[in-house]
Amino acid sequence: MFTQFFYDLRTGKVPVSLKEYLMLLEAMEAGIPAYKVEDFYYLSRSALVKDERNIDKFDRVFAETFKGLEHIDDGVEAEIPEEWLQKLAELTMTEHEKAQIEAMGGWEKLMEELKKRLEEQEKRHQGGSKWIGTAGTSPYGAHGYNPEGVRIGQDKSRHRRAVKVWDKREYKNLDDSVVLGTRNIKVALRRLRRFARDGADLELDMPDTIKSTANNAGFLEIKMVPERRNKIKVLIFFDIGGSMDDHIRTCEELFSAATAEFKHMEYFYFHNFLYEGVWKDNYRRHSDKLSTSEVINTYGPDYKVVIVGDATMSPYEIVYPGGSVEHWNEESGQVWLERLIAQYKHAVWLNPVPERHWDYTPSVQMTHQLMEGRMYGLTLDGLDKAMRELNR
Amino acid sequence: MKFEGTKDYVATEDLMVAVNASVALERPLLIKGEPGTGKTMLAIEVAKALDAPLIEWHIKSTTKAQQGLYEYDAVSRLRDSQLGDDRVHDIGNYIVRGKLWEAFESDKRPVLLIDEIDKADIEFPNDLLLELDRMEFFVYETKKTIKAEHRPIIIITSNNEKELPDAFLRRCFFHYIRFPERDVMENIVEVHYPGLKRKLVAEALNVFFEIRDVPGLKKKPSTSELIDWLKLLMAEDVDPETLRTRDMKKLIPPLHGALLKNEQDVHLFERLAFMAKRDK
Repeated sequence: MFTQFFYDLRTGKVPVSLKEYLMLLEAMEAGIPAYKVEDFYYLSRSALVKDERNIDKFDRVFAETFKGLEHIDDGVEAEIPEEWLQKLAELTMTEHEKAQIEAMGGWEKLMEELKKRLEEQEKRHQGGSKWIGTAGTSPYGAHGYNPEGVRIGQDKSRHRRAVKVWDKREYKNLDDSVVLGTRNIKVALRRLRRFARDGADLELDMPDTIKSTANNAGFLEIKMVPERRNKIKVLIFFDIGGSMDDHIRTCEELFSAATAEFKHMEYFYFHNFLYEGVWKDNYRRHSDKLSTSEVINTYGPDYKVVIVGDATMSPYEIVYPGGSVEHWNEESGQVWLERLIAQYKHAVWLNPVPERHWDYTPSVQMTHQLMEGRMYGLTLDGLDKAMRELNR
Repeated sequence: MKFEGTKDYVATEDLMVAVNASVALERPLLIKGEPGTGKTMLAIEVAKALDAPLIEWHIKSTTKAQQGLYEYDAVSRLRDSQLGDDRVHDIGNYIVRGKLWEAFESDKRPVLLIDEIDKADIEFPNDLLLELDRMEFFVYETKKTIKAEHRPIIIITSNNEKELPDAFLRRCFFHYIRFPERDVMENIVEVHYPGLKRKLVAEALNVFFEIRDVPGLKKKPSTSELIDWLKLLMAEDVDPETLRTRDMKKLIPPLHGALLKNEQDVHLFERLAFMAKRDK
C-alpha cells in the first residue's frame, strides 16, 4: 500500500526520494503515528514533503491513494449507513427535539427526505464536495438553527474531524504558480550568479597571508585578492503597452528586483514584438529610438538575454515585413528575434500569461518555437526554470 | 518522552507529530512558516518540555559551516609564537569549539537550534550534510574525530529566503507552521495573557483577522504582533466597545502601530477608511 503511495506521489510530481520513503517506514516501525489516520498523514507529510509549495499536491495524492480509508474513518459522506445516522441522531437529540420531529411527520419521513436530498446533491456536484453543507437553515447539515436538523458530520469528541484534514487543502495558495512579489523574485534571480574575482586587489586574503607568514618564518607578509563580484551581465527587453497593461504590476516587480540584483543590467522597451528599434525611455520613444543592431553590436555575447512579453498578437506581426501595428518595418520581427538569439546563446522569454493559455494563441506558440522552447511563465516556478536555463 | 506543547506554547497536532518523529528518529526537523508564527520559540519550548539543554546557533549571511564545528585561531598562535609562549607547541590550544561541537559533547541530550539557516550562503547546508547525518566530524589540526555522545535534537528554522539543497532536505523532517486558525489563536492568547477580558479578546481577534483579510497588505500582522497589540490594549485599558464600533471615521484600529508595520499599509488603511466614509 505504501509502495503504491510512494509511486503515486512521484507520478503526482511530488519530489520524493527513496531516502525519505525509508525514513517514513522507519518512523512507522518506531510507532510514531498512534494508529490514527491523521497521525499517519501528518507523519508522512513531514517526512516526504520538504517544501510548502508541494503540500497541496501531496494532499491531493494522499486523498486519491487512501480513498478507501474514508470508510474506516467515522464517515460523514453521502454513503452513511442509515442505522448509523439514526443512532447518531438519537444520541444528539434531546427529547424536545425528538418531539418536534414527530410533529414534522416523524423520523422515517425525515430520513426519506434526507436520502432524496443526498441523491440530488450527489447529482448536482459531480466530483465536487460531498458534503451536505454546514451552518444552513435546512434541516440537514451541521451547525444549523433548525431544531429538527439532522446533525451530519459533527463529531462529539472535540477532534473536529468532520472534514478530513487532507481534504481541506489549506495549502492551496502556496503552490508555486502564484504570481510573485519582489522579494521572491529576488530570491529566484539569485540563481543567476557567477562569482569571480576580478580587478584590483582590495581584500585581505587571510588564509594566504597566514600561510605566507608561516613560510616566511613568522614575519608578516600581507596578501591581497580582488573582491568577489557577481559577474553576470543581463539585457532585459520589456514589452510595453497594449495587452501588456494587464501585467504591468508583475513587470514592475520583476524590473525592480532585477535592478537590485544585477550590477550589469541593461533594459530596453519594445512594443508587441522585437523589430529594428528599441527604446530606453517610454516618454521619448519616438525621438530616442536605439537601433536593435546597435544593441546587438554594443553588448557582447557574454550577456544573457531576458525578454518579457505576452507574445499575444496577430501572427502577421511576427512573420511579415511591415506587419508591425505601429510603423513600417522593413524586416519581419522573426528575423530580428533570430538575429538576437544568434548573438546571445543564453536567452529566455518570460511570459506573464498563464502557461495553460499558451496553446490557444498561435503567436505564443510561434514565439515559443522561435525561442527554441525557452519560454517560461512569469511565476516563481517559471522564473526559477528560466534562471537555470540561463545559467547553463 | 513525547512533546505535547507546553504551558507557554500551543502546539497543533501536526506539529506534535513532526516533532516527535524527529526526536524519535534522531533526524533534524526543518521548520518553515510566516514570520512571527513561533518558529524559534518552538526549539526553546521543546528544550523546556524535554528538560534538555538548549544550544542556539544563529546564522548570519557571513556564517560558515566550519564555524559551527570549530575554528583554528591562527592569529593568536602567531602572536604567541612571536612572544615565545609555550602554549604554541600544542595546536589544540588554538582550536575554538563551535556550537555543533558543543552540542556533540553535551552530557545530556541537547536541543540544537540552527536559526534562520536560509540567511547563510547557498552552500551552507551542503557543508553540514555529513555532520548532521553521522553526527561526527574530523578535526584536521589535531587529527581527532569528534563524535556525538547523545545525538542532539536538531531544530532548523528557515524564512524561505533561499531554497535549500535537495540532499539536505532529504535528511530532515519538515513542518510548515500554518497561520493559526481562530480557535487555536484564542488558545495562544489565553496562554500568554491568562484571564484577559474575554470580550476584549473576542473583539480584538475580530479586528485582527479583518486586517489580515485586507487584500494588498505588504506585511500581514502575525501572531507575535497580535500578542504585542493585546499587551498595548491592556496597558491602555481600551474598552471592547471601541473596537467594535464600526464608525467609519475610526476604521483604523486603535494603537495600530503594533499591527501595521510599514507606512504603505497604514496609507492603504487610511484610503480604505476614506472610501468607506465617502460611500456613506
